[in-house]
Amino acid sequence: MKLVVIGCGRVGSAVAREFRAEGWDVVAVDEKEEALTRLGPGWSGGFVVGHGMDSEILRRAGVDEADAVVVATNGDNTNLVIGQVVRKRYGIEHVVVRVLDPARAEFYAKRGMQTVSPTQTAISELAARVRVAEKAMAS
Amino acid sequence: MYTIVAGGGKVGANVARSLLRMGHEVTLVEQRPARFERLQEEFEHQVLLGDATELHILELAGIGRPPQLVLAATGDDEDNLIICQLAREGYRVPKVVARVNDPRNQEHFDLLGIAQTVCATSNILGLVEHEIPEHGIVHLLELRKENLEIVELQIDRDSPAAGKRLAGLSLPAGARLISVMRNGRSELAEDRTVLRPGDQVLAVLEPGKEDELKRVLLRS
Repeated sequence: MKLVVIGCGRVGSAVAREFRAEGWDVVAVDEKEEALTRLGPGWSGGFVVGHGMDSEILRRAGVDEADAVVVATNGDNTNLVIGQVVRKRYGIEHVVVRVLDPARAEFYAKRGMQTVSPTQTAISELAARVRVAEKAMAS
Repeated sequence: MYTIVAGGGKVGANVARSLLRMGHEVTLVEQRPARFERLQEEFEHQVLLGDATELHILELAGIGRPPQLVLAATGDDEDNLIICQLAREGYRVPKVVARVNDPRNQEHFDLLGIAQTVCATSNILGLVEHEIPEHGIVHLLELRKENLEIVELQIDRDSPAAGKRLAGLSLPAGARLISVMRNGRSELAEDRTVLRPGDQVLAVLEPGKEDELKRVLLRS
C-alpha cells in the first residue's frame, strides 16, 4: 500500500511514521528540507522537497499511484486546493485533508471531500468534558 | 451592480475604485490590518477587515444577497480559488473572477472549473513573445469561455505559405486567419490576399490547433 503525505509538520510526519512502521510505502512532501528530521533517524520512506501545488512535485512523489493521500500543510486553503487537485487529476479516492477552520471543513465535507478539523475536534472534546463536569455536579 | 472584491492590494483597490466611479456598489475585503487602515481612509464603510476565505467574513461582506460578481484578487492563488468556490457553490454568485498570481497555478483553476481568470504575468509574457519575432507563434489573447485563442505568426522566406493566396491554403478545421499586417499596415484577411515574407498574420483558432496551423504557415 502506498501513502503520500503532503506537509510534513508535526501532524503529517507522525502520520507518515505510523504507516511506514506498519510496512506501507510512504512518501512525505514538504517545502522545507529540515522537515526530514521530523521523520526520525534512518527514515526509510521517500521524501520530496517542494510545494504540493507544483504538479512536478506531485508527480515525483508518485501521487498517481497512491492508495491514500493525506494533505496537512499549515494552510487550510492550500490543503483544500491540493486535495481537490489530487482527487480530480489523479483520481485518488482516499484523500484526507486537514482544515483548521471548522466552517470550511464542513463546507467541503458536504461536497464530498474527506476533511479533518482539529479545531472542531478540540471544540467537541472540550464541550464533552464540560458536560461530564455538569453531570457530576448535578448528581 | 453589487460586487465583492477580495484583496485590497493594487489590483483589488483599483478595480474597486473604478467600479465605485462607475456608480456600482462595492465591498472590498482586506485582511492585513495596516493595509486596511489605509484603505479605510479612502473607501470608508465600503472596506471590511478580514480573511475573505472565512465564511463569516464573506457573510459580513454581503455574500448572501448574493452579489452579481465576486472578484478574488488577493496575492494568494489558493485563497483566490477557494473564494471563488465558496461564492459560486455556497452562495450561487452568478459570476466569479479570479486573479492568478503564478501562471503555473493556471492549470489548477482550469481543473477545478474556475474559468474566468486573469493572470498579469501570462499577459506580460505574451507581450514579451510579441516582441520576439523568431518565436514562431505568439499567443495574444485567450478567450477561455469561447474556447478560442488569438495568435500571431510571422511569415518568413521559407514559409510554405509565402507567395500563396489565402484561398489556396489548406488551413486546419477550427482555425481562421483574421488579418495580415505588412509594412505597419493591417488589412483584414480575404481569400484573394497573397502572403509575403515578413507579413504578420493574426489567426483565431481552437486551442490545440497551433501545430497544424504552424505546418501550413511556418515550416513544412
